[in-house]
Amino acid sequence: MTGMDLIGFIVVFILATYLGASLIGRVPPTLHTPLMSGANAVSGITVVGAMAVAGHTDYGWLGSVLGFIAIVFAMMNVVGGYAVTDRMLEMFKKGPQGGAK
Amino acid sequence: MIGIGLERLLYLVATVLFITGLKQLQSPETARKGNQISAAGMLLAIVITLLSTKTMTYGTIMAGLLVGGAVGLYMARSVAMTSMPQMVALLNGVGGGSSLLVATAEYLHMYEKGEAATLDVALSTHLGVLIGAVTLTGSAIAWAKLQEVMTGKAITFGGQKTVNGLLFAVIAGLAAWLIVVPTAPLWAFYALIGLSLLLGVLLVIPIGGADMPVVISLLNSYSGIAAAMTGFVIKSEVLVVSGALVGSSGIILSQIMCKAMNRSLGNVLFGAFGAAAGKSSKSSEGLTVASTNVEEAALQLAYAQQVIIVPGYGLAVAQAQHQVRELMDLIEKRGGTVKFAIHPVAGRMPGHMNVLLAEANIPYDKLIDMDDINPEFERTDVCLVIGANDVVNPAARTDPSSPIFGMPILNADQAKRCIVMKRGMSAGFAGIENELFYNPKTQMLFGDAKGTLTKLVAEVKQV
Repeated sequence: MTGMDLIGFIVVFILATYLGASLIGRVPPTLHTPLMSGANAVSGITVVGAMAVAGHTDYGWLGSVLGFIAIVFAMMNVVGGYAVTDRMLEMFKKGPQGGAK
Repeated sequence: MIGIGLERLLYLVATVLFITGLKQLQSPETARKGNQISAAGMLLAIVITLLSTKTMTYGTIMAGLLVGGAVGLYMARSVAMTSMPQMVALLNGVGGGSSLLVATAEYLHMYEKGEAATLDVALSTHLGVLIGAVTLTGSAIAWAKLQEVMTGKAITFGGQKTVNGLLFAVIAGLAAWLIVVPTAPLWAFYALIGLSLLLGVLLVIPIGGADMPVVISLLNSYSGIAAAMTGFVIKSEVLVVSGALVGSSGIILSQIMCKAMNRSLGNVLFGAFGAAAGKSSKSSEGLTVASTNVEEAALQLAYAQQVIIVPGYGLAVAQAQHQVRELMDLIEKRGGTVKFAIHPVAGRMPGHMNVLLAEANIPYDKLIDMDDINPEFERTDVCLVIGANDVVNPAARTDPSSPIFGMPILNADQAKRCIVMKRGMSAGFAGIENELFYNPKTQMLFGDAKGTLTKLVAEVKQV
């Protein structure tokens, strides 16, 4: 990574942190649990890195093993996170008749 | 096969979808759609990576995607809502673990090729390894505590902080050595991983079960930061941005939890609050408790104009949410209004109580946050406290010597009447006497939540 590249990444990281803070600050407390499980799903984005490791023949057998486990872990995050968040959010209904099925 | 430029552009689209999804979470009405938008972004990111020119073999990838996806789906479908904190702890852990493994594979790859990593890549690799490893084992301990596989009490030993400090110093030393001397032996890197895993365990064992909401929020944040560090290693903007978003989300939630308990993050992490039971600052001797029975309580609830229900974790443990819902329907049918007062630390993770009540079909607009509901207690005929204790203890407002003094509470004592449903007179998590129980306006209704609520519902029907 060249110096300029690194600075670019740091800028992106800091701006994204601020963006995250301002977005999350406005999430009502009633949605904090789905927010956390949803955030879990987003952090499963490491699957992209894991796939790059597992799909690259250069990394040898150890790379394949590490990559495979990393993909399994990240996918548990992705699918588990999104699916359970959806399950929860489906239950949130507005009154007064909203509770009725 | 797609080119690098298009690839980066499509990753950017995925990133925007994540951000849009998060934004939609700001309202319960759009939240579900937001989650789906975010999931679409993830699907896009995975497809782009599959089509990437860098990908050479597909067997391992496909197997990993299928196995992980199936396990994730099974967990999401089968988990009970009361066990959500464990589920999130587990997901935090595997998220951190994934980052750890990717950073490790990248490091070993560079090492084998004899490439000296540039300073920034080396630094982010070791940070990714450290944070990922701490998240993995720390979450495993948090999971074990929540699942009650191990004791929920704080585990402390003499010189604990010194041991942790030394351990951290050794880890930092190893990382510095590996960065400065790229030809440093490989065992140093493995030692870095091993010690980081150990640090994760040691950091979480001294934290009591009651503080787990803060810990899992914080580990949530760590799993994001680890992902962002991995993004620095493999030079991926989408990882850096998504990781940063999750990182800041977890930090904010931990802060909200700490504020709700009137404790600093440092105190939660290093204070070992759950270790010794707090001493009651006031003796209950000479004070009397008025108890009531189901018939009397039913009468009061049936004729009340406004009822506020304060649900605590005891309600969820007893699985009595559906009985509460029935009680609410009965009172509303008679013309009264029912609202639920939700303290930020009700339940075992941020927002947990809301999910548990939503599961019982209680509309979310009936669930009112602490700041909004507190002015309403004065106008309330009956406040029904079910399985909550410390969050309604007036000592937090009035008694400077109380360990929970300064903690924001629900002003249940300001209601015209207060009925407290409880198993017995045991103290809450903080181990403190609750003045509310001795208040002349308060009546205790002893018994287990589910059984008593069922009887209460039957009685109100007959009024």
